[in-house]
Amino acid sequence: MLTEKGLWARLRTRLIFTGPTLFAFGTVMIIPFLYGIYLTFTNWDGIAVEQSLVGWDNYIGVFKDTVFWKSFVMTLEYVFITVVLTNAVAFLLAYAVTRGIKAQGLFRAGFFLPNLVGGIVLGFIWQFIFNQVFVFAGQKMNIPLFQASWLADPDKAFWALVIVTVWQYAGYMMVIYIAGLMNVPKDVMEAASIDGASNRRMLGRIVLPLMVPSFIVCIFLSLQRGFMVYDLNVSLTSGGPFKSTEMVSMHVYEQAFLARDYGLGQAEAFVLFILVATITLLQVYFSKKLEVEA
Amino acid sequence: MLGMAKLCSLIVAMMVFIFPFLLLISNSFKANQAITSDPLGLPASFQWDNYVSAFDKMGYISAFGNSLLITVLGVVLIALFAAMTAHYFVRHNSKLNQYLFFLMVAAMIIPFQAIMIPLVKIYGSLSLLDNKWSLIYMYIGFGSPLAVFIYHGFIKSIPLELEEAALMDGCGRVQTFFRIVLPVLLPTSVTIAVLNVLWIWNDFLLPSLVLTSSEQRTLPLSTFYFYGTYTVDYGPLMAGLVLTLLPVLVVYLFAQKYIIQGVMQGSIK
Repeated sequence: MLTEKGLWARLRTRLIFTGPTLFAFGTVMIIPFLYGIYLTFTNWDGIAVEQSLVGWDNYIGVFKDTVFWKSFVMTLEYVFITVVLTNAVAFLLAYAVTRGIKAQGLFRAGFFLPNLVGGIVLGFIWQFIFNQVFVFAGQKMNIPLFQASWLADPDKAFWALVIVTVWQYAGYMMVIYIAGLMNVPKDVMEAASIDGASNRRMLGRIVLPLMVPSFIVCIFLSLQRGFMVYDLNVSLTSGGPFKSTEMVSMHVYEQAFLARDYGLGQAEAFVLFILVATITLLQVYFSKKLEVEA
Repeated sequence: MLGMAKLCSLIVAMMVFIFPFLLLISNSFKANQAITSDPLGLPASFQWDNYVSAFDKMGYISAFGNSLLITVLGVVLIALFAAMTAHYFVRHNSKLNQYLFFLMVAAMIIPFQAIMIPLVKIYGSLSLLDNKWSLIYMYIGFGSPLAVFIYHGFIKSIPLELEEAALMDGCGRVQTFFRIVLPVLLPTSVTIAVLNVLWIWNDFLLPSLVLTSSEQRTLPLSTFYFYGTYTVDYGPLMAGLVLTLLPVLVVYLFAQKYIIQGVMQGSIK
């Protein structure tokens, strides 16, 4: 019924319906991605018209770039901590705002607010808070922890990034958990309640198992965002002090566009892609096994 | 009593989430000296100068216009093209289309960082950088996989009879799509629009790579450069950040329900 007669008519329909998307997708994602793999084998400096093939040199360079691995390990720590904290906070918030408290909508709107704003702006706002507000309050109220700016101390700057990340994304993940909580069938909960199950028991035995799909989505999203963090990194700490908070995504950018080593930068980006893809696929694979039927 | 304690902790949590914004707005009205000597105090008098200077130096009108054009066109085109593609994929479920669909879904795992260097090289050598139309085009490319994926899931649930009836009545394929399918897709389109507006309006890395001249800058870009050049003058800096936030806050005030719902719908699929 839905197929035209004649090759030309069919081709025309195909082009009209899928042409623009597939053309843009192909030329913006697929071709650059494949070309990027080729670039990892070259020594392009960003200016020269020609580049020569250098074999596996760039990949060897990736393993020798200690700064890359340092920032990679730090990114792993950052991702692990932010994924755990963001999801814990998000779940708690979602649980709290679905329990029939008045003005739920207002609370949800408030918690979601940071997600409307880009990482650049949020980073600058928090830079001001860490440098001015916390220091002012720390000195006024004599709290040693806040007397010097966190952003000037390598360890504390890392935690500043963690705090702002959790603050930024908890509201987004909360919204996803709310959707999950609302999908928990009411009759199952009622039955459990009649059988005398306590709130805590219902949470552990019914709600959490049924929420596994929401956890998969949220952990997937927070993993991806964590690995790719760039805006916030640039505007909150600019990788400082002394490159101590330069996350891997920012390092790739610096390597390519500032150090003008595009081949090495692209090889590092590609190594990053392989590792992130492996981690996210493993996460999805293993958490799918946990899913239960309602 | 327990309910009261819960409500109080929720209010405290809420304060943590909105306090930075309140602090920003309060300081944006203060003189520089008042900001550094007491960042927590309320403004004694309103320094509208901060706003005038930020508005001016950020090139606010131009940046706002660029952001608006790029976001609106980007989002509309992503939604339209992706809806057509997803519709075609569902209604012509051939092997080829299954592969194409799979390719798009699989590509979602590619991080932008793995593409940005070759992207800049290719489009630079074609002299297509520093141009907002190129940027819109790139957003279509990057945004279409997720949009096609979400539409695909929804279109599968629409009965085919609806379209067949229209075709019998003499509508062409394109006409059937615009008259019958697209209106049915409206709720999904709202979801797609919300997700893409949040992304494109706030995006920094891609515009920073593509747009180099100051008159092409989007709002996040001009905020970034403005902040970078006026690092000691806190008053105008705070006002500049408020100016960047303002459009988002106004939209959020009116479309809050749709935005939260859009994010919710987008995550379930």
